[in-house]
Amino acid sequence: MERINLWSEWGIVITVVLISIPVIIAAFIVFYRTRAIIQAFLQKKEVENFQRYLQMMSPEEKAQLEEKERASAYRLNNQELGSDRKAKDSRGLINQVQEVTDLRFIEKKKKSQPRPNIDPAHSKLILWYIGCAIFWLVFGTSVGEYLGIKFVAPDIDHLSWLSFGRLRPVHTNAVFWGWASLAMIGLAYYVIPRVSNAAIPSVRAAYASLILINTSVVAGTLSLMAGINNSGGEYREYTWPVMLLFGLGVFISLRNFYKNIAIRSTKEIYVSNWYIISAMMFVLVIAVVAYWPSWQNGLGETIIQGYYMHQGVGMWFMLFNLGLMYYFLPQQLNKPIYSYSLGIVAFWSQILFYTLIGTHHFIFSAIPWWLQTIAIIGSVGMIIPVVAGTTNFLMTFKGSWHKLASSYTLPFYLVGIVFYFTGSLQGTAEAFRFTNLIWHFTDFTVAHSHLTMYGIICFMLWGFIYTLVPRLTGKEPPQLLVGSHFWLAFIGLLFYTIPLMLGSTLRGMMWMEGKAFIESVELMAPFWLWRAIGGSLMWFSHLIFAYNFYLMVRKTKGQSIPNSPSEILKAKQALETQGIEIAG
Amino acid sequence: MEFFNHHKSLFLTALILFVVLTILVAIQPAIQNQKNNAVLPNATALSPQEMAGKKSFIAHGCVACHTQQVRNVAMDKAWGDRPGIAADYAANTRMDIWRNTATLMGTERTGPDLTNVGIRQSSMAWNLVHLYQPRAVVESSIMPAYPWLFEVKEILSRTDVEVSLPEKFREGIRGKIVATEEALALVAYLQSLKQTPLPDGKVANTFLYEKEKQAAEDKDAALPDGKVLYTKFCSSCHQSNGEGLPGAFPPLKGSPIVNGTDLELFVSIIMQGYDARAEFAVMSPIGTINNLSPEEVAAIINHEKTSWGNNAKKVSKEEVKKIMDFIKQMEVQ
Repeated sequence: MERINLWSEWGIVITVVLISIPVIIAAFIVFYRTRAIIQAFLQKKEVENFQRYLQMMSPEEKAQLEEKERASAYRLNNQELGSDRKAKDSRGLINQVQEVTDLRFIEKKKKSQPRPNIDPAHSKLILWYIGCAIFWLVFGTSVGEYLGIKFVAPDIDHLSWLSFGRLRPVHTNAVFWGWASLAMIGLAYYVIPRVSNAAIPSVRAAYASLILINTSVVAGTLSLMAGINNSGGEYREYTWPVMLLFGLGVFISLRNFYKNIAIRSTKEIYVSNWYIISAMMFVLVIAVVAYWPSWQNGLGETIIQGYYMHQGVGMWFMLFNLGLMYYFLPQQLNKPIYSYSLGIVAFWSQILFYTLIGTHHFIFSAIPWWLQTIAIIGSVGMIIPVVAGTTNFLMTFKGSWHKLASSYTLPFYLVGIVFYFTGSLQGTAEAFRFTNLIWHFTDFTVAHSHLTMYGIICFMLWGFIYTLVPRLTGKEPPQLLVGSHFWLAFIGLLFYTIPLMLGSTLRGMMWMEGKAFIESVELMAPFWLWRAIGGSLMWFSHLIFAYNFYLMVRKTKGQSIPNSPSEILKAKQALETQGIEIAG
Repeated sequence: MEFFNHHKSLFLTALILFVVLTILVAIQPAIQNQKNNAVLPNATALSPQEMAGKKSFIAHGCVACHTQQVRNVAMDKAWGDRPGIAADYAANTRMDIWRNTATLMGTERTGPDLTNVGIRQSSMAWNLVHLYQPRAVVESSIMPAYPWLFEVKEILSRTDVEVSLPEKFREGIRGKIVATEEALALVAYLQSLKQTPLPDGKVANTFLYEKEKQAAEDKDAALPDGKVLYTKFCSSCHQSNGEGLPGAFPPLKGSPIVNGTDLELFVSIIMQGYDARAEFAVMSPIGTINNLSPEEVAAIINHEKTSWGNNAKKVSKEEVKKIMDFIKQMEVQ
């Protein structure tokens, strides 16, 4: 074998760059952490000095301070100006005038509401879930970004572990099972105990579930890159032992949630719980059906594949997120959901119609014609739950639109709801036989899945996370950065999907005209470039999101040195009582 | 309603509804399908080498971009002679304990469909070059290159298959590029992908959404579009500019056979293949494999005779038909 210069391989260079990004970030973090430790040390010294000062305080000094405290405790009785007594306080009426310091260019949004009483162990659990989810978001979309680049530069690397066919499922599975699933379960660990008004039965079990799911995604990612997969059914690429870990993780959390609802102190089961518990039961059924070997020979595999990949999306991600939405939206708008019964109608009709539509991925294939027809009818029936859900959410918004401008979380909700409507109905339109003729097998499917999985699921999850995390930690990210996250993700998504849909339509028409296949590849080149540009914006927004999360959860220790007279006196008093206690 | 306040009955109802629907639309049809469909009688099972190739196909995730299904719509005619039927997939069973069944039908056609690629792309040499570096044979291809399926050797052993790669794509490699066993298996698998003809008397499903034929065109008896046919059957090796690839596929631009008058040789190369020149790869009998009609062969010949600066006299379909009939007779004897 000839020696290959590793640095001339673009894949290596890019992998190194991609890896070095988190490394550089980690280096920054280490730097700031060390600085914080040094500062904490210096502060400790200062505290000791202060203690010495307290001990050596002379009676005169104390009298002076008492005088000062009296002065600052002094309140006007509104008769001063009319009285002939001599003013004791020489200061004026206004002090501590602050100038406006923020940029007028960026609108000031409302601060998040104060923190409710949550057990710290419980909020730590939720933060762990969300933190892991964000790691998988950044990892999964870094892979996705690289795949997008490969459409434009196919010779960017020549390494088997990074080849397109292997990385593609790494991307999809990491964002499905790593990012979205963990974020959803983590948020449910907040919602279910709250609406049931009962503490979570087992925090330990919740951690076990987190570890199992993370292990599953790590093992799945590595095995896919090594070329070990489950024979290529989309989203079913993890082999069964890997998926088993995921299933166990979901099962443990499901049991936890179910027990939590069983010990609820409310009479009703809030509709959020219907959606969440059902989504978790259904995903287990779906996984068992998809991995059970008895009905997978020949076309049986394809029928199950159609069922699996669509139920995975609709019964797991969509149903679960709708459940979270029924909790977070009313809570953010501070009013009840518009119609509780509409939520119930949407629930049952979603189960009824969504289950039927799996095979619409294989229209015109060798699958029985009646099954294809049922799938198309089911896709049309989906209009009922989608319209019911969207109406419910928008009517809840009604009368509170003014809140949209002053909130940094509500725009995420609104985009999620809007894409819920357009993305889902686009799916219905794609299932018709004629549109299927043009769009099937083209990148239109890719655009559609990003409009839905990204436009609906990710935007909703971001809205929920920005709502919840500041309440748990008491810290908010800078609004400028949340805004950047929102706009980069949103504009990126449009750059990604619109050119792809346009190009795919042209490509499908070209196929129908019977032109040579390679011409349709050449046609797509500029649209693939646009996709890579949009994808880069989306990817960048995730880095900002991860940084925002860091800002929300970082611990700022540091002791506060008293500087107002009353605080100093209080500290002195505390020291004295402490002294008495020790002496006694 | 009281029912909605009972967690057991509520969640159990939802679960039962979902499971019943699942059985109806997924499990039952799947079982029905695997029970009621058998392999076509004249289908051949994969050889051990082809099976190894299929495993490599799966491991590399080729299904991400390549479908293996011919739908019953006219636009899919490019990929097969008849729409796929359930029996075409009936031979697929579970791969092994770790891996599920691989029908490899796929959902994305970023690259071409492969149902019939064994017929369309029968050249071993082309397939190996294409795997090593797709852009060496198809300039605007975006398929990944798979150089790790090849090794570089100084001296060839007797069983080694060398890749005839054009100089431009060797990237400084001085030794001989040799296909590994995995590459050969993968190509063997690709070459095994052929639609099985239906047994006698069986009529294939019709293609839907057929374009309405322009009646005038048919009656005119004009030849089909030679450029389209050339792109479809010839250009992957001889390239769309007719210049071929040095070291692999000969140029047609300025070729004495293309520009000459020996039509018999020209037609026989298309119909029977060619292996007269050691410096180039073997050409497979493209015309016979693809069942080209005399009109189509004549159209391709005329396109080659009048393109890229070639300026030879065109031929008629009658002349071509006479030679093709003669070749057929010779083969029968």
